Amino acid sequence: MDRKDKEKLLEVKNLRVEFGRRKKNKFVAVKDVSFHIYKGETFGLVGESGSGKTTIGRAIIRLNETAGGEIIFDGKRINGKIDKELDKEITRRIQMIFQDPMASLNERAKVDYIVSEGLYNLKNYRDEKERKEMVEKALLDVGLLPEFLSRFPHEFSGGQRQRIGVARSIVMEPELIIADEPISALDVSIRAQVLNLMSELQKKKGLTYLFIAHDLSVVRFITDRVAVIYKGEIVELAATEKLYRHPLHPYTRALFSAIPHPDPRKERAKVLEIYDPSCHDYEDNPPRWVEIEAEHFVLANERELDVYRKMLESPDETYSL
Amino acid sequence: MEEKNIILSVRDLVIKFRLRGDVLTAIREASLDLYEGESLAIVGESGSGKSVFTKSFMGLLDANGWIDSGSIVFEGQDISQYKTEKDWLKIRGDKIAMVFQDPMTSLNPLKSVGKQVLEAIELHQNIRGDKARKKVIEILEDVGIDEPEKRYRQFPHEFSGGMRQRVVIAIAIACNPRILICDEPTTALDVTIQAQILDLLKALQEKYNLTTIYITHDLGVVANVADRIAVMYAGDIIEIGKCEEVFYNGQHPYTWALLSSLPQLGVKGEDLFSIKGTPPNLFYEIKGDAFAPRNPRALKIDFLERPPYFSVSPSHKAKTWLLDPRAPEVHPPESIQVLRQQWEVESNG
Repeated sequence: MDRKDKEKLLEVKNLRVEFGRRKKNKFVAVKDVSFHIYKGETFGLVGESGSGKTTIGRAIIRLNETAGGEIIFDGKRINGKIDKELDKEITRRIQMIFQDPMASLNERAKVDYIVSEGLYNLKNYRDEKERKEMVEKALLDVGLLPEFLSRFPHEFSGGQRQRIGVARSIVMEPELIIADEPISALDVSIRAQVLNLMSELQKKKGLTYLFIAHDLSVVRFITDRVAVIYKGEIVELAATEKLYRHPLHPYTRALFSAIPHPDPRKERAKVLEIYDPSCHDYEDNPPRWVEIEAEHFVLANERELDVYRKMLESPDETYSL
Repeated sequence: MEEKNIILSVRDLVIKFRLRGDVLTAIREASLDLYEGESLAIVGESGSGKSVFTKSFMGLLDANGWIDSGSIVFEGQDISQYKTEKDWLKIRGDKIAMVFQDPMTSLNPLKSVGKQVLEAIELHQNIRGDKARKKVIEILEDVGIDEPEKRYRQFPHEFSGGMRQRVVIAIAIACNPRILICDEPTTALDVTIQAQILDLLKALQEKYNLTTIYITHDLGVVANVADRIAVMYAGDIIEIGKCEEVFYNGQHPYTWALLSSLPQLGVKGEDLFSIKGTPPNLFYEIKGDAFAPRNPRALKIDFLERPPYFSVSPSHKAKTWLLDPRAPEVHPPESIQVLRQQWEVESNG
């Protein structure tokens, strides 16, 4: 598909997020991050813990304040000060699925309340009957039975709990779902169930996902495009398969070289690349965010770009910066 | 397979827990021979009993749990008969040590890192003062901590996750144990760090002459480090064999299911293989093959009688009726067949 056919649902431009007020303990969690998400795709954000990937997700859903840059959702700016109406609208159209279903559900509330909480807040239903219908439909959509409504979270297994987490976000009929490590707290066999559920819902409802994870093999399986983030900066962004086959940036290469294979022979032959940030000469030659080929972005300076271009021409040779 | 010394031998171990008045059978007649110097990976879902199984080697069962029958023979003694803490202290740390999952919670935040390693040495090795201090620095260096003299005085919060896990490993190996049990040693860590820690554990195994047991739910992690793999389900080891044998020639339907639910083996855009249902309730007696209710290819007998071990090769055996000569031929799922073919092509070429 030509990219001009695709509609940008979310655009993040030069986003900056800071923590700590005073100068002394100010910490820049996200610096100058730009990317966009097309309607209907699954966009992955990978990086190690502390790299700022969750912060970006939380900034989009307005849980973290932004210190600079713009977040544009469906043509409207949604960060900073916005009016109440828009805030309500955003809350409905962007939803989140959290990591740990053991911790993210209210233990004291019944499933009925947990799933309806968003509806109660926005009052976007006509009467009790309609609310009930919406909630029951959401439960059926995630493969749970309506009779579970009167139960408490502790009566469910981890996989079922995560389904409840999914149900309470889709009941709002969102367009964008931010899934922050939705399966890393789950068992291998249940992971597959939740991943399948997510792609099934995407097909059925035309959802767009921002999938935040550190498990690279899951990201490869589920995302269409992926951005690699390192210490608050996106270093590379491209279509998933392309990036996994030909990573350019040394950090991306190091990250991908560490992916575990469920295949002893491949695994033993694996060569680990180690990323050393001092390989960049950014002091007098600062890097830019460049589209090196169509839909493939990388953070690099001129000298590195030359090397990367050669890498793209003949990918089988070895290069060093 | 060459003759190897058995360092730990578990026979028909049954472990039960009392929970809210009911009795739960966590380990159901599991047997295992651990060879000296090998690294064994125990793989299974949460609740399969892999942690309970290995904790029983160190007398670390929760107060409501007990070894009901069976034996654990280590250095000629049946340690399953140990009753008092005094007995266990001879084993725990000294002979069998453990690395826990989360390095964020397994260190004391109020003590310097060096002191915590020192504690282990003083307690178990009877070395004190400067000599002990030197030993600590040596060990810190062994686990890959730069500037050990400076790091000695620092506190856990000054260390990154990967570095903390190195300290935890240092404490575990400080007393020269014979067996090192690593309970999900890398799950809490990032991929790049994960690979480094696994490399470190491999190197230490050689240097300290350790026998290691890895407990994990991620088959991808163990392909690299394990000599043998034991697959655990509902409190029993249902398949055990050399790493290659289990990966490329797995026999139990549960092993197939576990492998093919890995996203690495999935085809993009298609549904990932997923295991239906949930593990059996261990409060009830399990009849037949514990995996049968979740196995779409289950045979009739799977629901009636518990399968014994069938050998596939001298080093590889599995508890499934599919290996019985009378069983009909059942093909594994597609992704497993692909794995097998790749293996056969490579082995013959």
